[in-house]
Amino acid sequence: MSNLLNSYFVKTHKLEISITIIAIVLFLIYFLGAPHVFTRFPIYRAFMQSMPFFGIIAISATFVVTLGEIDLSFPSIVGITSLIFGMVMTSTDGNVFIAFILATSLGMFAGLVNGLLVTKIGIPSIVATIGTLFFWRGLVNVISQGSGIAIVDVADGTWHHMIFVEKLFGKIPMQFIWFIVLTGLMQWVYRYHKFGNHIHFVGDNKASAQMMGINVDNVKIIAFVQLGFFSALAGIFTMYEMLYFWPTQGEGLMLTTLAAVFVGGTSVFGGKGTIFGTFIGVLIIGSLESGIVALGLSGFYVKFINGLMITVAVTVYALIQRRKN
Amino acid sequence: MAEELLKLENIYKNFGNVKVLKDVNIKINKGEVVALIGDNGAGKSTLIKVITGVHSPNSGKVFFKNKEVQIKSVAQSRKMGIEAVYQERALCDQQELFRNIFAGREITNSFGFLDIKKQRKEAEKILRDYIGFTSKAITVDSQVMGLSGGEKQGVAFGRSLYFNSDLIVLDEPTMGLSIQETEKVLNFVKGLKKENKSAIFIDHNIIHVYGAADRFIILDRGEVVGEFNKEEISREELVQKMIQLHESGKIKVED
Repeated sequence: MSNLLNSYFVKTHKLEISITIIAIVLFLIYFLGAPHVFTRFPIYRAFMQSMPFFGIIAISATFVVTLGEIDLSFPSIVGITSLIFGMVMTSTDGNVFIAFILATSLGMFAGLVNGLLVTKIGIPSIVATIGTLFFWRGLVNVISQGSGIAIVDVADGTWHHMIFVEKLFGKIPMQFIWFIVLTGLMQWVYRYHKFGNHIHFVGDNKASAQMMGINVDNVKIIAFVQLGFFSALAGIFTMYEMLYFWPTQGEGLMLTTLAAVFVGGTSVFGGKGTIFGTFIGVLIIGSLESGIVALGLSGFYVKFINGLMITVAVTVYALIQRRKN
Repeated sequence: MAEELLKLENIYKNFGNVKVLKDVNIKINKGEVVALIGDNGAGKSTLIKVITGVHSPNSGKVFFKNKEVQIKSVAQSRKMGIEAVYQERALCDQQELFRNIFAGREITNSFGFLDIKKQRKEAEKILRDYIGFTSKAITVDSQVMGLSGGEKQGVAFGRSLYFNSDLIVLDEPTMGLSIQETEKVLNFVKGLKKENKSAIFIDHNIIHVYGAADRFIILDRGEVVGEFNKEEISREELVQKMIQLHESGKIKVED
């Protein structure tokens, strides 16, 4: 046992192991507290249906947080790209290729704007992205004039609806499969690609990274651009699930998404993080609301327990980090 | 006649209206260790940043291996064979050693994915052969955080040797180090000469400078005000010069 605890894997994966244990304990509580709900499949299907919408963004945002930066504008990027997707879909009679390319390009453009404001103009990311948060949402309101767009006629029953959100074998929501695949891919990029490597070095120490010949500005810009892309993608998934665009789309995503990243163990100070941790963070944050209600507590507890989880988690990580230093 | 490695000609550098470097001319030969000395604000750091590509000069020429070059980025200067070893900025603390050694110069496949196995193997070789780390406590998977200042610089030296740099730039390599650690770092510098590598370094401690360097270049307010070979000047005389410079703001170069 002590051998196991001292093994190389355990030593280098303390965060991942802690977060996994927390998730297991949480699900055990659900299971024991509400067996009538948690021994049956529908609750898990509901989780698989709803988690990917913010989970995809959380995975992508882990790159930006590892840089020591933050992006608060993604809820509005989801909004503006969903609007464009809806408008193009309805006006082209469901041409998904054009709609997809335009929506994701706009997402990347919005990310590029964030990246340029942060690197070339030198505005701290928390300030710059508050600006763009309002800007893109404002643009949504101006363009949509407050009304929604139904895409049910051009999307429902199509092959693209099937590959985005229908159920595999009638059970597993496709968006969850996509979420798993993307998580795996992003984990690979995060740890084993040059770009992921540079993200870690820039987040760790910008000056050192520059001295090692890493183009700090480019790394940051690309990180914001990919977050723009994945925000657009998350918006498109949501559109297919709901078959409707509404002007506040994306607004509820901010706290759950960032909470998943931080509960997952990625350091706010940059330089260290884990995609796997974010994934578990998504499972935790995404299950809290239904879990709490299923346990018989009123919905009023949701935010309270959410807040408790986040505060405890980041405190534990900060203490682990301090002991290391 | 020694072979010339780096030559700077009439280098000027301004930051806004402030003239930080004024008509600087210096030369570094192969296998030579040159020390840059001078007060704070003399322009030493700016000068080495011009050499490493962090800053571009406003005017003047840079020759490397007898060819005129324009060094526009750190990545470019490293590619040419100029490598900086900064005490505080040499490595990133929370990343593993092997990743630090290859940061910015990763071994990858054509899709940009890292060859972790090869990086770790090469890093082991560097720790063992170039740096002589034998302690079990430091492995290629160690986080840099746990290393002492001297060990960090050792890694940076090993890295520059591995990548076959011709000129190693050292910014205050002994600052804040214990006596033993300082000894180690100065030994690294001396070791460079054996490999026929050159180095340029900044240090405030004249005793360290005198022990390790072959030639001394004194900067004052952006200008080269003195240049001595080690044979021409004793340690005490060098100290005397610096005191004079400090007191009068001028140095007697003629004697």
